[in-house]
Amino acid sequence: MAQMTTANRLTGLRARPGLLERIDVPRRVVFLAAVSMIAIVALLMAFIAWQGIQLFVKDGVSVGEIFSPTWNPLANAGPEFGLLPFIAATVCVTAVALLISTPLSVGLALFLSEVAPNWAKAVVQPSLEIFVGIPSVVWGWLGITVLVPFLADTFSGPIVISLPIAGPVFSMPGFLTGFSWMAGSLVLSIMVLPTITSVSYDAFRAVPQELRTGSLALGTTRWQMIRHLLLPSALSGVLTAVVLGMTRAAGEALAVQMVIGNSPTMPAAITQPLTTLTSQITLDMGNTVFGEPWQDALWTMSLVLLIISITSVVLVRLINKRRLAS
Amino acid sequence: MPTTATYPEPVLRPIEVTTSKEGADEFAARTDDVKLSTDRVSILYGEKIAVRDVSLTIQERSIMALIGPSGSGKSTLLRCFNRMNDLIPGASVRGAVTLDGENVMETDVSVVELRRRVGMVFQRPNPFPMSIFENVAYGPRRRGQNDRRKLDELVETSLRRAALWDEVKDDLRRKSGLALSGGQQQRLCIARVLATDPEVILMDEPASALDPVSTLRIEELLRELREAYTIVIVTHNMQQAARVSDVTAFFTMAEDRAGYLVEVGPTGRIFTRPNERLTEDYISGRFG
Repeated sequence: MAQMTTANRLTGLRARPGLLERIDVPRRVVFLAAVSMIAIVALLMAFIAWQGIQLFVKDGVSVGEIFSPTWNPLANAGPEFGLLPFIAATVCVTAVALLISTPLSVGLALFLSEVAPNWAKAVVQPSLEIFVGIPSVVWGWLGITVLVPFLADTFSGPIVISLPIAGPVFSMPGFLTGFSWMAGSLVLSIMVLPTITSVSYDAFRAVPQELRTGSLALGTTRWQMIRHLLLPSALSGVLTAVVLGMTRAAGEALAVQMVIGNSPTMPAAITQPLTTLTSQITLDMGNTVFGEPWQDALWTMSLVLLIISITSVVLVRLINKRRLAS
Repeated sequence: MPTTATYPEPVLRPIEVTTSKEGADEFAARTDDVKLSTDRVSILYGEKIAVRDVSLTIQERSIMALIGPSGSGKSTLLRCFNRMNDLIPGASVRGAVTLDGENVMETDVSVVELRRRVGMVFQRPNPFPMSIFENVAYGPRRRGQNDRRKLDELVETSLRRAALWDEVKDDLRRKSGLALSGGQQQRLCIARVLATDPEVILMDEPASALDPVSTLRIEELLRELREAYTIVIVTHNMQQAARVSDVTAFFTMAEDRAGYLVEVGPTGRIFTRPNERLTEDYISGRFG
């Protein structure tokens, strides 16, 4: 029996695999995880879409009507479901937050990746992580107790910009209470700062070190290297960071709701109170009854938010596709 | 800050292709044209000494090859000439490194200016993620050259000198430098250095990541560039050193792992009649 022929050895290999090997349990487990993940997202989207169209299907509101600037869901004679103030406010508050946050975050990311000595990195990076971990209610609370009174006290009168000869070229009312578009944007800009910073930091770190030394060896200054090599090379990553920040800002509800003043009006001045899609949903949802048009309108607002976030995911994908192509 | 100073007209000296291999005689004849030198240079990484007491002189328009086993400090020494060691945390250099008689280690020397005069080609080709044209125009643009016509001219001349022009002229602006083959990328990097009109070109194993055909092209190119530039090349490939260089310096590692210069001389002599036993052992393959 000690002499095993080649044929024997082959049959040895061809022995029937054991049950566990045939079923391949680990593969099935991870497959199941992936499938349930997809299923959850698909069901969620289907549910929100279904609820979101009830306003049109069941309550007979036309799609055009939600783009009206008037929100009056409780009027006895013909309630109005204009969502435009919320959509516009979401766009405006997010835009100003990004305008404030992007230069700061990208600057911070550049500092961390190109300039910072190790001890500074050791301090700043954990601080950013703590930033992410602070619950939004805390930011909102800080906004109410510090930022809102500050704005109300400091800029209470009308804000006028005058030129020596031309006279006043710009004026807008001051902050009445401090609860305002500006307060919302400022709070959001702090909240999205870690997101934009860490994603753009990764984008800068992904640029190979050899390119930096290559540029410096050509006799460029460090700043020229950053401006003309690093930023263009990392541009798609930085754009991804900004889009992710945008998604986070547009989706933030609680902190914004606490400082924005919750007034469903069209944005005109940065000092005025507004209300965003998310803040209005948080504010109203407890007051509505399931199935009534008012709540259906809130679901439609959720659907709009979902569309915004899907759009930004697609945007990030497109940006990164371009990066791979180039 | 971007400089507003005017960009000097590129002085691209005419290349006469010669195949003279009589390095020994030329070495003896041109001892007065010292372009680069090191005087008792030691390089430390923190407390650890990497290179000890190297004194070398390099003639203008010649090729000096630095050979020796890994860890003998060749690349470290090379990076002194354009002060790339400044970028390594903890690295410090003792002794004097001179370019045209000026000590480049002085604190008031502009490193940016030094690197414009002393260009560098790295071991792994490192083209920038931009078009071929922009790769070559990168250096001149940073020096304030924005004249379209001059840039066109400069890019063409540099690519021609780097023997890459014919292969890339049709999609200069469309094709990314990263889309080229390894050998082409390395010639692009050489063109990029040439476009900044350096006097000295440092090459850190420029062909070690390339296939034999590309290596040969780079070596031919080196022989041509030698007519206009002073070149210092680090190589692990002894045949390459023998083929391209005029002068060879052999380094090895001492017992404390510090690199030092064993001997330097005309390439022909180093490879046939080295003075030192260590050199002979290395070039005949008995060591290293």
